Amino acid sequence: MATLVYLEDHEGELVKGSLGVLSKAAKLGDEVSAIVAGSGVTELAGEAGRYGATKVYAADDPALAAPLPQPRVDVLAEVIADGGFDTVLFGASVLAADVAAGLAARLGAGLNWDLVDLELRDGKLVGKRPALQDSVYVDVGWTDEPRLALVRSGTFEPVESGGEAQVEDVAVELQDFSQRAVMVERAHAESEGPSIEDADVIVAGGRGLGVPEKFALLEDLAKALGGAVAATRAVVDAGWYPYATQVGQTGKTVSPKLYLACGISGAIQHKVGMQSSGTIVAINKDPNAPIFEYADVGVVGDLHEIVPKLTELVKERRG
Amino acid sequence: MKIAVCVKEVPEASARTRIDPGTLRLDRSGTAALNPFDAHALEEALRVKERTGDGEVVAVMMAPARAADSLRKALAIGADRAVHVADEALEGSDLVATAKVLAKALEREEPELVLLGQQGSDSDGAVLWSALADLLRLPVVSQAASLELEDGTATVKRQTEYGYDVISVPLPAVVAVSDAINEPRYPSLKGIMGAKKKPFETVGVGDLGLDPGELGAAGSRTEVLALADPPSRGDSVRIEDDGSAAEKIIEYLSERKLL
Repeated sequence: MATLVYLEDHEGELVKGSLGVLSKAAKLGDEVSAIVAGSGVTELAGEAGRYGATKVYAADDPALAAPLPQPRVDVLAEVIADGGFDTVLFGASVLAADVAAGLAARLGAGLNWDLVDLELRDGKLVGKRPALQDSVYVDVGWTDEPRLALVRSGTFEPVESGGEAQVEDVAVELQDFSQRAVMVERAHAESEGPSIEDADVIVAGGRGLGVPEKFALLEDLAKALGGAVAATRAVVDAGWYPYATQVGQTGKTVSPKLYLACGISGAIQHKVGMQSSGTIVAINKDPNAPIFEYADVGVVGDLHEIVPKLTELVKERRG
Repeated sequence: MKIAVCVKEVPEASARTRIDPGTLRLDRSGTAALNPFDAHALEEALRVKERTGDGEVVAVMMAPARAADSLRKALAIGADRAVHVADEALEGSDLVATAKVLAKALEREEPELVLLGQQGSDSDGAVLWSALADLLRLPVVSQAASLELEDGTATVKRQTEYGYDVISVPLPAVVAVSDAINEPRYPSLKGIMGAKKKPFETVGVGDLGLDPGELGAAGSRTEVLALADPPSRGDSVRIEDDGSAAEKIIEYLSERKLL
């Protein structure tokens, strides 16, 4: 397998999800290359060696400064053709999904998305995809090369293997239509700490918080745990918390090591966004809340009492 | 302005859905509905038409012949015209095969704006627009939480992991809207009655000048190999809070080295 992993960059760092995919690819195959496409990213490209890439293509050009998909499709299509890659992997994000799908059309290639595992079976790449609200797991494959895959965010942990990568500059030539979309204003991170895609621990809140101000309780706990705060669709729709933190069918799918659900009933729309988390702890006053059906620890009680105590206990332990 | 809205049919939300273990495809024999995410794209198209006072909204669907009622629903909600690409050769089409067909159908229409919903509620696919835009060689913006049109330019607020970007694209363009963009209307009785008189065109693969070998399962590059049950989460622990729940949670997490 000749594998290329697309590495996304954000504010001077390689996005954790894409590094996790790189580490997984390095475990699966012999030689794995990676590509970084942005502006001022050549230095970042070298870092990918530590996560298992032997070669990193650096497409470093001011025309790639904005996180827009179509110029990246142009760059990847060239590199895939020149490098003879048969497998191209992406860690899912708003940007990466659009790059992967545009590339699939450009190359006439098969794209499988929302994968929660990748394995080699008799030398053949097989992906695992939860379907129908994660009620069934589907093994998916490719009938031709190149094989394109989008991996669900948080699925694979980046693992430092200590290697070094050879960095190769890539000439950037863009199609006319790829340059028509223009970034007028770029989003800025609205909160400190890790994003919910990158966090090992997520503290999530729903209607059970009662009022938006109570998110402060969750922020304190998340800070103590070094995690991020997420929200349900109901509270995002109500304007209590930003959309960027929404977990669920119309928000993001996350799989942190620990997911603490506070005041969340756990409707199916929410479940699909977080049920692949490592350990799920749910705190809810309603003993019949559906979230208790799939939580590892179900706590029937008042989050307003329990969460501040948890925060104190975590702080004590961590000194 | 001519706006094309791509729509699909999905199993009704309340219907029990399953994957047919024989064909490994979604069993679509139950009650079907218009994909709820597409209703937001249709709503946005209708609002643009209402704001500008003129224009045409064309609903485009690729689906088996039995899905015609779902497309008629788009007419009942307010689309002016429908194009139904129905052909047995299309069964089993994956992303790229589907995009090829829709791109051909859209090329015939030459719309200034192509709108899509943010995902299919059945496949959770959220990728079609980008493939479509590449084949049409048009600019694309996804996750649009708002859309403004002025002087041949669309300005879009895009929801991302990091907040909102503002992106502008000259028309013609492809825009995929988020479900936060609007609250879709329901069809009125008048709309339902009027839908029967609206133009409804059914086209086959040959009408679009496509080679059946490039489409359907034969033209697809992905395959479903097997089905399995989701992994079991194992035993769960129940704690009734008697004042010590926080301590018990900490104990559980520390035993599993999660702190």
